[in-house]
Amino acid sequence: MQGVVISNVVIGILATGVRLLAPFLFASIGEMFCQRSGVFNLGVEGIMMMGAFVGFFVTLRLGNPYLGVVMAILIGIALGLLMALVSVTMQAPQGISGIGLYMFCWGLSGLLFRIYVGFITSIEGFKPLPIPGLASIPVLGPILFQHNWLVYLSILLVPISWFVLFKTDWGLKVQAVGVTPQAADTLGVNVNAVRYQCLMLGGALAGLAGAFLTVGQANMYADNITAGRGFIAVALVYFGRWNPVGVLLGSLLFSMMNSLQLWLQVLGINFPYEFAVILPYVVTIAALAVAVRHVWAPTALGKPFRRESI
Amino acid sequence: MKRSNRVAQSLSQLALLMGALLMALLVGAILIGIAGANPLVAYRAMFLGPFSGRFGMTESLVKATPLLLVGLGVITSFRSGILNIGGEGQMVIGAIAGTAVAFAFSQWPAFILLPLVLIASVLAGAVWGGFAGWLKARLNVNEILSTVMLNSIALQLCLYLIRGPMIDPEEVAYGTGTPQTAQLPRQIWMARLVRGTRFHWGFFLAVALAFVVFIFLWRTTIGYRMRAAGEGPNAARAAGIDVEKYQILAMALAGGFAGLAGMVEVLGVHRRVLEGLSAGYGFSGIVVALFGRLHPIGAIPAAILFGMLTLGADMMQRAVAIPAAIVMAIQGLVVLFVVGSDILVRHPEIWQRWFRKKSPGTQGRLEADRAGSGNQ
Repeated sequence: MQGVVISNVVIGILATGVRLLAPFLFASIGEMFCQRSGVFNLGVEGIMMMGAFVGFFVTLRLGNPYLGVVMAILIGIALGLLMALVSVTMQAPQGISGIGLYMFCWGLSGLLFRIYVGFITSIEGFKPLPIPGLASIPVLGPILFQHNWLVYLSILLVPISWFVLFKTDWGLKVQAVGVTPQAADTLGVNVNAVRYQCLMLGGALAGLAGAFLTVGQANMYADNITAGRGFIAVALVYFGRWNPVGVLLGSLLFSMMNSLQLWLQVLGINFPYEFAVILPYVVTIAALAVAVRHVWAPTALGKPFRRESI
Repeated sequence: MKRSNRVAQSLSQLALLMGALLMALLVGAILIGIAGANPLVAYRAMFLGPFSGRFGMTESLVKATPLLLVGLGVITSFRSGILNIGGEGQMVIGAIAGTAVAFAFSQWPAFILLPLVLIASVLAGAVWGGFAGWLKARLNVNEILSTVMLNSIALQLCLYLIRGPMIDPEEVAYGTGTPQTAQLPRQIWMARLVRGTRFHWGFFLAVALAFVVFIFLWRTTIGYRMRAAGEGPNAARAAGIDVEKYQILAMALAGGFAGLAGMVEVLGVHRRVLEGLSAGYGFSGIVVALFGRLHPIGAIPAAILFGMLTLGADMMQRAVAIPAAIVMAIQGLVVLFVVGSDILVRHPEIWQRWFRKKSPGTQGRLEADRAGSGNQ
């Protein structure tokens, strides 16, 4: 009897962990493309906040979560363009412009929420979509195959992004632009155009990640619903060594930890709530300290490209 | 000649800053319009509010105080080539550490306890910031990411303390349970200087420290080395400067200033640690530093300006029900526009070229001018 309960709890923890994987994966795979092209986009957290609000708001007003997701992606692209304008065209220091974008989105999402909603209310988000056949497999079924479609999409994104980055022309351009922009430029690659494209892609995925939080996970919106996940996503790119598989492993680590923290509360295990919340941040710092040292990174990361300076 | 050049350069920089602020306000006006209010009425409340009477004028300076202190730390770190985004967390850690010391020695006279409390807050903030500096210098951990994580850790730690071990005994007795500490010992409260307002002497402390930072960065050997590490780490290294050591020091100083800001906010304004103490000052301090062109003296007017904006936004919220959150959006835009327009200072040829490309008529005129001056 006790064994059944424990195995159910373990399955529950793993299943929740897979569900919580999506926002980390969307945001950090988008950020991986940005950083591969040489741009450090710290605005991801802010873009996620806006994506979360827009996804929630459109669903609340129009009752269609799919439309909410589309709008969140569009907002993400627009904000990615803003980041590109400041950091690529105007060559601003990327760390600071990212923080500026974060502050802008933080203020804007807070403003819009207060004006148009003003109170906590729930929405009808995406329902789980069990995959026929696979969902009824014992143990694996509930862990992997009883989620909403965005979760499946986020996992599919890992092989897709691997293929795009390493096997397509465009992916090779992205890599070249992030390592030797001068050489890429000489060979006729438009460095800044590739960086714009990556920032728009990163923005779209960050917007989607934000929308997942409201439409696919919490079914509501509250201030600071992203809770630093965007910043963690940036750290995950370092941790995953700019590789989709590494990013997946890092995301898994964090989503499982988040899940564990939630289940600790659900099970009423006596443990100060604040320390449970602190855990992911502490692990992020530890992971960065262990992973980053003497590791290859896109050499042009953080450096604006300026043709005249050759 | 050289002097007039410098004046012209500072004037053009000032013009760019004002341009960045104006553009941010313009976008803000559009947002207010979308929110369904008249931007002119809203901005009237926002800009005239701080000038309405004794309260408005002094309250702006009350808000400018933590902004300036955090900003001084940000300037010190940016000048040394390391970015401190951890002001929020460092403020909270400083405040909670200083408060713990104040309660531990609550019977001591003010002339010993007050300096002790302030030093405790500086040290705690310095440890919190210096840790991020150490991670950067020794383990190559990106300092922006680590300070952001340390912000969240500090806020949760503080929440834990003011909900649990350090909660006001009265909150427990009455069962209200608001997460806040008891009031600090009365003898160390920072005196308020104008009756009926919250204006305390912390503002003058911050201004005095701005001059100290100026002297430190530009007139001492350590300050010179820190700036050298910031401007060209490789050159500095070649000159025998231990760049990593000075970056750790810079982060510790930045954390110290933020920690002090938190304690001054407690001693001068709230008299206790409560939830939301840092109130975004950690991020706004970055705006102040950038707007002061990373110069401690320039940060003084910048802090006052953004103190007024912050207060004005509160007043606007009351007058036309536009949420004060808009001020954070405007500040974010200011950051984007300031760092974005900086390229026009570094490479003036760019905008000159745009100018010519976009209006060939102007180019014709310029050439005519040149020809004309050649004739003279």
